[in-house]
Amino acid sequence: MSTLVQHPSSLQGARLPKWSPWAIAVGSVAVSIGLCVATGIESKIQWGLIAALLFVFGTYFIAAGVEGKRQAKDRIATSMVWVAFIIAVVPLASLVWETVKRGSKVLDGYFLSHSMGVVSDTEPGGGIYAAIIGTLEQVGIATLIAVPIGVLTAIYLVEYGRGHLARAVTFFVDVMTGIPSIVAGLFILSLLLIFDMSFSGFAGALALAILMMPVVVRSTEEMLKLVPNELREASLALGVPKWRTILKVVLPTALGGITTGVMLAVARIAGETAPVLLLVFGNPFINNNPFEGAQASLPLYIYQQYANSAGSEAAYDRAWAAALTLIAFVMILNLAARGIARWKSPKTGR
Amino acid sequence: MAKRIDVSGLSAYYGSFRAIEDISMTVEPRSVTAFIGPSGCGKSTFLRTLNRMHEVTPGGRVEGKVMLDDENLYGAGVDPVSVRREVGMVFQRPNPFPTMSVYDNVAAGLKLNGSYKKSQLDDIVEKSLKGANLWNEVKDRLNKPGSGLSGGQQQRLCIARAIAVEPKVLLMDEPCSALDPISTLAIEDLIGELKERFTIVIVTHNMQQAARVSDRTAFFNLAAVGQPGKLIEIDDTERIFSNPSVQATEDYISGRFG
Repeated sequence: MSTLVQHPSSLQGARLPKWSPWAIAVGSVAVSIGLCVATGIESKIQWGLIAALLFVFGTYFIAAGVEGKRQAKDRIATSMVWVAFIIAVVPLASLVWETVKRGSKVLDGYFLSHSMGVVSDTEPGGGIYAAIIGTLEQVGIATLIAVPIGVLTAIYLVEYGRGHLARAVTFFVDVMTGIPSIVAGLFILSLLLIFDMSFSGFAGALALAILMMPVVVRSTEEMLKLVPNELREASLALGVPKWRTILKVVLPTALGGITTGVMLAVARIAGETAPVLLLVFGNPFINNNPFEGAQASLPLYIYQQYANSAGSEAAYDRAWAAALTLIAFVMILNLAARGIARWKSPKTGR
Repeated sequence: MAKRIDVSGLSAYYGSFRAIEDISMTVEPRSVTAFIGPSGCGKSTFLRTLNRMHEVTPGGRVEGKVMLDDENLYGAGVDPVSVRREVGMVFQRPNPFPTMSVYDNVAAGLKLNGSYKKSQLDDIVEKSLKGANLWNEVKDRLNKPGSGLSGGQQQRLCIARAIAVEPKVLLMDEPCSALDPISTLAIEDLIGELKERFTIVIVTHNMQQAARVSDRTAFFNLAAVGQPGKLIEIDDTERIFSNPSVQATEDYISGRFG
């Protein structure tokens, strides 16, 4: 290999060829498979872990031998980043793959536009129309409640808050971030019982709003802090009152980031099951009114199809298809958020 | 149109720290007054007390009197917002609003205050951009983002934005320190033109610049780090740079310290 030839110049050392990481990766996978087959290890996860270890240490020793200690440390850091990346991506990719594979079996126009009605859980047929309506309404109402409160709280914390009150608000927002979703559900349930009301989509939306609010406050706060102080001062120095400065200069500058934060919060609550189970109860029939009577919702539908299936294939398929729909819903929201963020972000073009 | 500023016994604080102490001076209308002095001596702080921007900083407060013609800026019931409409400001680093076009940046002061007529706006924007010697360079891209201009153009855009609201006084906090010599020259020429219409106060670290553009020069200094800054003397620029009455001024200008 010509690249391994020692160069006379003191600035040039021996370098491994460009393709060497790939070669080492392929080599370590091959060695790992051979080793595992020989010793009778069957778990694929163990195969992968052994290959990863071989890759990291193989890279180090080969690089140390050819290029020297410092380059070897550089390469071991790079290879560990890659291994960590793959470990993170494998579950995600396999989850999406599995959901698409199983969910696409019954996912069609009929499935999206019909509800379970009187179809028994163990029989094929039915669909998720009621659940989609329920999720859209509950998440929509929760967003309408949580976003104004969350954004205004963040504006208070960044632009006005000083001293004890601001510190207390920050502390309670932090505490709220850690509330388990079932506790938020129980809190609203206790209110329902006190005021003698019954299940409704609105009650579920209230619990979801509690879960959403701290996420919105946190992300909006970070985005507002990123707005340079010079812009605020520039606006104030023009004789613009503070509230108009915030409304017309600070918020528009941060709008892209705030939108992204809100969309991520929506994505987080769209998949919440526990409060919905307590407060919305689930309903195989279509109920378009979120303020009265039990409603369906996607995560709850998935859970119920799985729990009540009694081993029926049809129910499993429906659960997977509903899961796929939920993932698609969240993903579309994310893409929309990115689009809005790009469209609204400060322009730098000439 | 331009107004006289009369400062007496002014001190400014950051929390309990006194940044400037007992400053009194008069700034003549339709003239350029330059503030010079070492870093940390309170030039910028003092400048910011002249349009009540100092109190925007958390913990910032001011004692003393600043008379704008015959109104005390720190009098009871004075709205800082209306003070800032009278006394405009240009900052050290160009800071056009990134979400707005060139046009909207110039119109920002009027639009954000809600007090404008659509038909007048075009005229005001054109007049302000011409006043800032920027019109010819941007007239074909008024609707492009303001942050796409070069640094020198951005600073002139900020000057256009400041003069569009027709202030009586224009404060400039080291307006050229982030710019190249050519852009600096453009802004210095502009200052010479603007002093026909406004009272101009400029903070600068560049003594040649003070000598070139200003009619009067004030020298600030501080006894030691942690001590408040003081006004050492204010006089005609020519006199400050040829025959100052205080030894410290001469030392500073001739480069014997600082």
